[in-house]
Amino acid sequence: MADNTTRRGGSVITLTFVLALFLTVFPLANWAIDYRPEFVTLVLIYWCMALPRRVNIGIAWIMGLLVDVLTGGLLGEHALSMAIVAFVTTKLHKQIRVYPLWQQALTVCTLVALNQLIVVWVKGITGDSPQSWTYWAPSLTSAILWPWVFGILRAMRRRFRVS
Amino acid sequence: MFAYGQSAGLRFAFLVFFSIALMVADYRFHYVDSVRSALSVVLYPVQYLVNFPVSATSWIGENLTSHGDLLQENEKLKSQNAFLQAQMQKYVSLEIENMRLRRLLGASERLTDRVLTAELLSVDLDPFSHQVVINKGSRHEVYEGQPVLDAHGVYGQVVHVTPLNSTVALISDPGHALPVQVNRSGLRTIAQGTGSVSELDLLDIPNNGDIKKGDTLVTSGLGGVFPAGYPVAIVNEVKPDSSRPFAKVTAIPLAELDKSREVLLVWKGKPVKTAETGTEKPKKNTDKSNGG
Repeated sequence: MADNTTRRGGSVITLTFVLALFLTVFPLANWAIDYRPEFVTLVLIYWCMALPRRVNIGIAWIMGLLVDVLTGGLLGEHALSMAIVAFVTTKLHKQIRVYPLWQQALTVCTLVALNQLIVVWVKGITGDSPQSWTYWAPSLTSAILWPWVFGILRAMRRRFRVS
Repeated sequence: MFAYGQSAGLRFAFLVFFSIALMVADYRFHYVDSVRSALSVVLYPVQYLVNFPVSATSWIGENLTSHGDLLQENEKLKSQNAFLQAQMQKYVSLEIENMRLRRLLGASERLTDRVLTAELLSVDLDPFSHQVVINKGSRHEVYEGQPVLDAHGVYGQVVHVTPLNSTVALISDPGHALPVQVNRSGLRTIAQGTGSVSELDLLDIPNNGDIKKGDTLVTSGLGGVFPAGYPVAIVNEVKPDSSRPFAKVTAIPLAELDKSREVLLVWKGKPVKTAETGTEKPKKNTDKSNGG
């Protein structure tokens, strides 16, 4: 990645990812656990869309690995799924950027579902696939949350001139 | 667009390949446990911060409890302690008697298990695997595969250890199987997790097996991981099925899998010196007892 544009605000990007990791394991009420949005995937999609030169499959892979360690999953399952999500997002970032917000939310729903699909494949191969349909709920809650995530992250990016 | 044209595709292919290799290595061979513990140490601040509000609230709650409440609780605990002490005396004499009888029989002696209390961190893991994080790690000599109990029964088993904390798979985890024995009849079976905290499946029980509703299941010690004789579950339902070789039997775990905040880590059969049993202990294994 040899580009000569100036890179600023790396700490802001790191901070958003740390917050997302924090929310990934934050204790929720029992009824809400299954509906927890995939915060790390949301933040990843935003940065891949806004700054695909800085945040792409490499960082996605590392964040996925951290999610695996944090949630006690098989090492590499989220690394693989998030690298694939980042790959698709960076390929489509020019289209996603100009979508209206509701259409972006639909795309996010699809991307998070893609993420979950890869994870559920891996879980199926290793023999502990989830039995309930609520497994897919995070795709919906993530899409519902997207307008706020997008608003907050865009405000942060402009305020701190992350580029 | 140029920066991630051809090379991004290559990099992507490499990462996909590497992820798959990593998953195979983690699943099949446990080669990468050191990677996991190294990354866990990096992530420890996140876990600590997540747990902080909970521990802070309980600290504040403890400090705001009124004097009267504390006295009342103290009274209650004292009477409970007296009751347990009385029971313990009986237990100690039984243990000594048991040891003497075993020595008479020439059977190997059972040694007292060493235990350590650990606290659960308030960290939500993957909701579809039944795992929790506890605040003791390899610095406290926790090891992988170590049995974990709570006040009521067997709780689970340590699956990953890092220096500062470790992950415990509950007995209700669908991937967890525990060799158990019916306390009444001695029938041996395996208790497998179902993914529900209030149900265990008992495998391979013949239709005419000597088991009925209300039987207590204890660990049989056959797997080599859990010490024998700890209570696990109460049989809930026995459904003989004449079209199959085995009956469908389910049990309710005794441990409060979704409520316990404090659990006990057990070191199996390490000799310990206690005031009550020390006199009866043989002098062998002294080299080990220094460490334990």
